[in-house]
Amino acid sequence: MRDAFIHALTELAPQHPELLLLTGDLGFAVFNQYIARFPRQFLNVGVAEQNMAGLAAGLALEGHTVFTYSIGNFPTLRCLEQIRNDICYHGANVKVVCIGGGMSYGPVGFSHHATEDLAMLRCLPRMMVLSPGDLWEATEASRFLVDHRGPAYLRLDKSYAPPSNSPGEVFAPGRIRVVRQGRDVTLAATGGVLDEALRAAGLLASEGIEARVLSVHTIKPLDVECLAAAARDTGGIVTIEEHAVAGGLGGAVAEALLEAGAPPRFFVRLGLRDTFSSVVGSQQYLRKVYSLDSASIARAASSRLEAAIPVLA
Amino acid sequence: MNAELLNDTQALALRIRTHALRMTSIGGGAHIGAIFSCADILAVLYGGILRVDPTAPKSPTRDRFVLSKGHAGGGLYAALAERGFFPVEQLLTHYQDGSDLSGHVSHKLPGVDVSTGSLGHGLSIAAGMAYSGKLKSASHRVFCLLSDGECDEGSTWEAALFAAHHGLSNVVAIVDYNRIQGIAPVSQVIELEPFADKWTAFGWAVREVDGHDHEALRTALGAVPFAPGRPSCLIAHTTKGKGVSFMENTVLWHYRIPRGAEFDAALAELEGRS
Repeated sequence: MRDAFIHALTELAPQHPELLLLTGDLGFAVFNQYIARFPRQFLNVGVAEQNMAGLAAGLALEGHTVFTYSIGNFPTLRCLEQIRNDICYHGANVKVVCIGGGMSYGPVGFSHHATEDLAMLRCLPRMMVLSPGDLWEATEASRFLVDHRGPAYLRLDKSYAPPSNSPGEVFAPGRIRVVRQGRDVTLAATGGVLDEALRAAGLLASEGIEARVLSVHTIKPLDVECLAAAARDTGGIVTIEEHAVAGGLGGAVAEALLEAGAPPRFFVRLGLRDTFSSVVGSQQYLRKVYSLDSASIARAASSRLEAAIPVLA
Repeated sequence: MNAELLNDTQALALRIRTHALRMTSIGGGAHIGAIFSCADILAVLYGGILRVDPTAPKSPTRDRFVLSKGHAGGGLYAALAERGFFPVEQLLTHYQDGSDLSGHVSHKLPGVDVSTGSLGHGLSIAAGMAYSGKLKSASHRVFCLLSDGECDEGSTWEAALFAAHHGLSNVVAIVDYNRIQGIAPVSQVIELEPFADKWTAFGWAVREVDGHDHEALRTALGAVPFAPGRPSCLIAHTTKGKGVSFMENTVLWHYRIPRGAEFDAALAELEGRS
């Protein structure tokens, strides 16, 4: 997803001389081509994320479109107040980009796992929150943000989920993508873990359960209409995120559906439950540990379906 | 504003102080000591140093001003109102329900570039503005007024490193060095000395000045950049609460609200009636 982002920026930078890419000294070798072509549109600000966010605000107030880039929690939690006060309050045209959303950095350790960022960023006024689920969405979200005015957060992870788009599909920010049709249960995922949701749907199909799979690439604004339709059509919703369930996708969907008067018959939030992802292991391994792999997702859905279906005597 | 005030920064400073005294008294606002401390700096800036135009507050060629010590917002509001950015009468809404004049400075007001209030944010924003100016080969400058207390913030020094590394000679940091921070003297909290040496070591061209001596302030601020290719730091030695004897050099008047007999006495002193 990182490369998809850089490619999108490299492609669009020539038509956007006001575009600036700031990094907090991360992205070794990633930016080489970009820097070679657009040296004046790149700035390594050093290991100083608070300054990066404040600088970005100052630059944006002068008319630049600014992307701030770093990994894990560094571009977000480390400088959350600068994002709140300097970027969001001023409506500054800054896009905060996190590489390594969720548990992408696996064995590197919990410090590099971004597992509360969606919750914290989505509660900031004026902040748009994008969390693409595959390479196509990552490319399209990046392209969109170059033209979008105002604060935004782009959460990218390191997974390489294959593109799920259909030929000719147009990316619509703020609209959930139905990537698989189904009427029995809904699997709503955000980020690269979408891939696990799609595979879980395959497992469920072999049990005769048709799962609808949603890619919630935009956490804010949230597509309530699509979620309410899913609740109505399928009855049960399972949210899936490499993130704390509190305040993340699960929290956002619960809020939206209750307020819309469209509660599903059952509702399951898969993700971290008031815990740190402190186990050491690859992203794939950690997904199993935290019940975010396809088998766990399928199990969660089918067990709740069984419990929800009254047994006829 | 009146043209006289442009030339008479002493009169402007007095008006900033009397406005701020009334505003904090009526609204119940804090930080009068911190406002008085930088009233002369604001008067000299808005009395001729800053290239700003009240009829074109967003002009791209204007000098930018970032009040990083946002708690002195009352002082900046007063300076801007006197310069004609908005009506002087609006000052009395300070701190009032529904007002645009929050205690910490707000960019809802014409002439205010940036809202601040949380310390340690301003110099980064100023550096971003200055970097943009360099990219565009623009001739305007970016002035940033900091408190000494916010030099405790690591982010201030992150910005200081950045500005020096990129040779942002179009940025000017003015530190209102009154040596008293939130609840105690700087020397008792986190010593900043050798303060000028720190800025010098960080790559800034530094000058020190009596922050209440208008001529000295004017001379120094009129000479930026202090060195080619380097950001300028003006350490303004000031007295917290300057202008009212019982407020001067006290921790108390960082937060205390001037009311009743204290208000009357303060006003009398400012107006030279005591």
